[in-house]
Amino acid sequence: MADDTDTGADRGLRSPLRRRLLMGLAGAPALALMPRTAWAAPETAAVNTTGLAVTDSEVTVGILHSITGTMAISETGAQQAEKLAIQQINEAGGVLGRKIKIIQEDGASDWPTFAEKAKKLLVNDHCAAVMGCWTSASRKAVLPVFEQYNGLLYYPTFYEGLEQSKNVFYTGQEATQQILAGLDWVHKEKGGDSFYFIGSDYIWPRTSNKIARKHVENVLKGKVVGEEYFPLGHTQFNSVINKIKLTKPKVIFADVVGGSNVAFYKQLKAAGIDLSKQVLMTISVTEDEIDGIGGENIAGAYACMKYFQSIESENNKAFVAAFKKMWGEKTVIGDVTQAAYLGPFLWKMACEKAGSFDVDKVVAASPGIEFKGAPEGYVKIDENHHLWSKTRVGKAKPDGQFEIVYTSPELIKPDPFPKGYQ
Amino acid sequence: MTNPVQTLTQSVTVDDNPFMKPVEWLSLAVLAGVILVVLPLTLDGFRLNLVGKYLTYAFVALGLVICWGYAGILSLGQGVFFGLGGYCMAMYLKLEASSIENTKIQSTPGIPDFMDWNQITALPWFWQPFKSLPLTLILAVAVPVLFAMLISFAMFKRRVGGTYFAIITQAIAAILTILIVGQQGYTGGINGITDLRTLHGWDIRTDHAKVILYFVNGGLLLACILAAQYVKRSKLGRILVAMRDKEDRVRFSGYSVAGFKVFAFCLAAGFAAIGGAMFTLQVGFMSPSFVGIVPSIEMVIYAAVGGRLSLFGAVWGTLLVNWAKTTFSESFPDLWLFGLGALFIAVVLAFPNGLAGIWREHIEPRLTRRVKGLRAPSPAIVPPHGAPAE
Amino acid sequence: MLGDYSLGDLGAIFAMQGFAGLILFSVYLLMALGLAIIFGQMGVINMAHGEFMILGAYVTYLCSSFFQAYLPALFPIYFFIAMGLAFLASGALGMLVEWSLIRFLYKRPLDTLLATWGLSLILQQAYRSIFGAREVGVELPSWLIGSVQVTDTIEIPINGLFVMAVTILITLSVALLIFRSRFGQQVRAVMANRAMAGAVGIDTEKVDRYTFGLGCGIAGIAGSAFTMIGSTGPTSGQLYIVDTFLIVVFGGAASLLGTIASAFSISQTQSTLEFFLSGSMAKVITLLAVVGILMLRPQGLFTLKVRR
Repeated sequence: MADDTDTGADRGLRSPLRRRLLMGLAGAPALALMPRTAWAAPETAAVNTTGLAVTDSEVTVGILHSITGTMAISETGAQQAEKLAIQQINEAGGVLGRKIKIIQEDGASDWPTFAEKAKKLLVNDHCAAVMGCWTSASRKAVLPVFEQYNGLLYYPTFYEGLEQSKNVFYTGQEATQQILAGLDWVHKEKGGDSFYFIGSDYIWPRTSNKIARKHVENVLKGKVVGEEYFPLGHTQFNSVINKIKLTKPKVIFADVVGGSNVAFYKQLKAAGIDLSKQVLMTISVTEDEIDGIGGENIAGAYACMKYFQSIESENNKAFVAAFKKMWGEKTVIGDVTQAAYLGPFLWKMACEKAGSFDVDKVVAASPGIEFKGAPEGYVKIDENHHLWSKTRVGKAKPDGQFEIVYTSPELIKPDPFPKGYQ
Repeated sequence: MTNPVQTLTQSVTVDDNPFMKPVEWLSLAVLAGVILVVLPLTLDGFRLNLVGKYLTYAFVALGLVICWGYAGILSLGQGVFFGLGGYCMAMYLKLEASSIENTKIQSTPGIPDFMDWNQITALPWFWQPFKSLPLTLILAVAVPVLFAMLISFAMFKRRVGGTYFAIITQAIAAILTILIVGQQGYTGGINGITDLRTLHGWDIRTDHAKVILYFVNGGLLLACILAAQYVKRSKLGRILVAMRDKEDRVRFSGYSVAGFKVFAFCLAAGFAAIGGAMFTLQVGFMSPSFVGIVPSIEMVIYAAVGGRLSLFGAVWGTLLVNWAKTTFSESFPDLWLFGLGALFIAVVLAFPNGLAGIWREHIEPRLTRRVKGLRAPSPAIVPPHGAPAE
Repeated sequence: MLGDYSLGDLGAIFAMQGFAGLILFSVYLLMALGLAIIFGQMGVINMAHGEFMILGAYVTYLCSSFFQAYLPALFPIYFFIAMGLAFLASGALGMLVEWSLIRFLYKRPLDTLLATWGLSLILQQAYRSIFGAREVGVELPSWLIGSVQVTDTIEIPINGLFVMAVTILITLSVALLIFRSRFGQQVRAVMANRAMAGAVGIDTEKVDRYTFGLGCGIAGIAGSAFTMIGSTGPTSGQLYIVDTFLIVVFGGAASLLGTIASAFSISQTQSTLEFFLSGSMAKVITLLAVVGILMLRPQGLFTLKVRR
């Protein structure tokens, strides 16, 4: 990652000076002290009235993901996609004529660190936007920071909903968007009427399962025969697998995350549960996770996402090729990686529509923005800062890719506060 | 438990001074000067708030100096007490932030948002006391201290040894983390208690409030140092040292060893709790990631880097490690763990007495020589320092 | 909850549940054996134990990739070679660590904790830099996948049986080594009284180094075996550390038999509770019970009478 060290060294030299200039002397007086930029300065003054880190040639954007700690496993892809998007934007001329400069910070899989680094990116570095966070906990930790300092966060993960902030754009799906279409499909196509829920013990699986339970019980008129949660990082699933065998559900509905995932699918396979006969639907396994699980251990399972690497479209082929060129032939692209890729583009379009980097103007310009070049296909930003998107069901293949068996016909409206599901 | 003689000489020097040696007064003045004057003048708001956050860990390190350095009880579960103190404070702030007005979109207004998401319709009983500020301030210290008493009394009565105690406290930290994460309807789960706004109507999020909280924090820390110094210099402190070095002799001399150990452990827990409460106020949220094993061990390391026998060292050590952590991770996000790991190993191998040891062995002698050269000779006050007794 | 099921079903489930417990027991015992030697015998609090396990797992990963690419004919038996290499790699690293770090700290057991914690941070970052932050998938030979059909309803996972076999083998070897061999005699002598052992002509430094290496090597084997049931990533090792220490302490630190007994009781409790309760609560109750018992009986289940 040569560019990391670049930005690091660069920042080390420049930031104190820049900070002082920006802090003390916002606006016109600063221009007199910066002869180099004073020439074309009117433009900068026009697009940046709130003291963001924007010069005549550059605009600074933060990337805030875990590079170390347990979450680094998941967040690597997102962070790579954001860098790719920014590189592509820069090659195409940047945003409002300015190249994007990246400042990357490590959240270290630790929520308070995320808050600290978010604050640094906003207060110290004056980032015009931040791409980042993965877990709900990290987002909850940085949210007050972004609201207080009026920052702009593009959050890539599918998540539990129940949140909407002026300062955040959610480029992943919220829970109802992701789950309901998948449940309908499994009910209709696989005759799923009894479900066994198994998840990691934290807010996203619990909320997702709550929504799924309401849908199963009230809409599909099926029943939930079991609901189990295990601590994050749990690696022994033999007992629950026995319980699954005892209750014989039509569908296992899994939202286990992280390292537990690997253990769960390996043990499921070892216990003789054949996923070509037993229907298993997961909302937490993307191509990224399969890398660790091993394709042969999960082949036959269904995943419900908005994006799979195997989507057949020009947009996606170009994206996959560019991603592999930048990060290596072996890397795979999951749902969150793709959603992270959208962030910089959506921000760029909003800036250009607003004709400004000012957060308030960018936020005001965002609703209604359409991105036709998204790898997943056409997406649109809703009034509620989430994206309209399609939901797909993929069947895992032994080579680690998904075969797409269902795509929702229409874009699904995001609904972070679903009525009847709370 | 090898080196009673060395530590004996150390505690003997105590006798001719009632409270603090001149050098220690000087150290205190320097520390107070740096925390209360130099840093606020030189750092911008963001960095000052960061230092404020680090200083809340210094409370824990301070407790560890008493409990580990002086009494020989290594706890790998200090995060539990830090977390409990922080959670108590966070519960109060959360209730204040969840007024009926602020939460009117919920199905049950007036309760914290995460309870509403988990279909809880009334405030659970153990949240009730946290509606009152005075009660909260008492509980934020009392709950962790009582919990510490419960744990330590059972164990020290049965003479659980050092390493065992460390591992049991570590297990307790693990249990509490799983419990907090699992009971998310009552505790906020893995997200912790977030989005805290006001303390008794006073907005704690403004820059002005942060500066005030920083000074409150600094003041409390200095007060805790003085309290710890008092304990250290009292007869109690000497019994603790004697106990660490030859527990049986102290027991045979008729002292209740368990009682003193429980006291030291509870004192450390109390300090940690104050730190936790101040953390919540300054950072604006509390999360179960502080209760776990990793932060608990890191806090031990702050004390080790500073020097496990030095109260001032604990504060400097905390500042140094956190400064290093922040700088490394800002400059080399990919590599900073190497530096941190190497620092720990270096401290243990090369500087077992941490910063305080370096000061005492290398800098202080030179200073005294210089001073002596200028004035009339006075008796040496610096005993030689070897490896810490274990 | 059991009222709705036929007797046959219940019998099958209880049989499988029993096996689930036994598999968990094997896993716990394998995790704890290495530490039982390092912590139990030598008194070193090795917080990097999990990282030594993960080293074994990464060695297995490298082996599986290597055999797949260059020696596909031998792929079915690569796992045995991988376990051997894992033992050697972790053992060698262990001896290096003992030589460069631990040997200075025998008189300060609590300090070994800090130093090895630093070591674990370094190893984690090293794994991340070398193998990437993502988890790696270890492909298994086909005969290790799937289950044995005992009756119509009872199925036993093969990899579970394999882990059990490995555990039994390693436990027996360790027992023989410690209690029947000359080396074992020296180890026990050094642990009982270092100065005296040195006085009668035992090279204590060498014994220390090999003992530490042995413990780490066993951790490597455990890590290698766990690639069959768990994940392999830079931080996976941390998942095991609390459980492992508790098992050793609960057993009574200096007793091999105690470690076996404690692994057995903890695994059975947890496995049974998991069947009746939610996973999180089962874990909490198990840990609480262990801590509670340790408070009442701090010396653990079994104790060895030694003069310290």
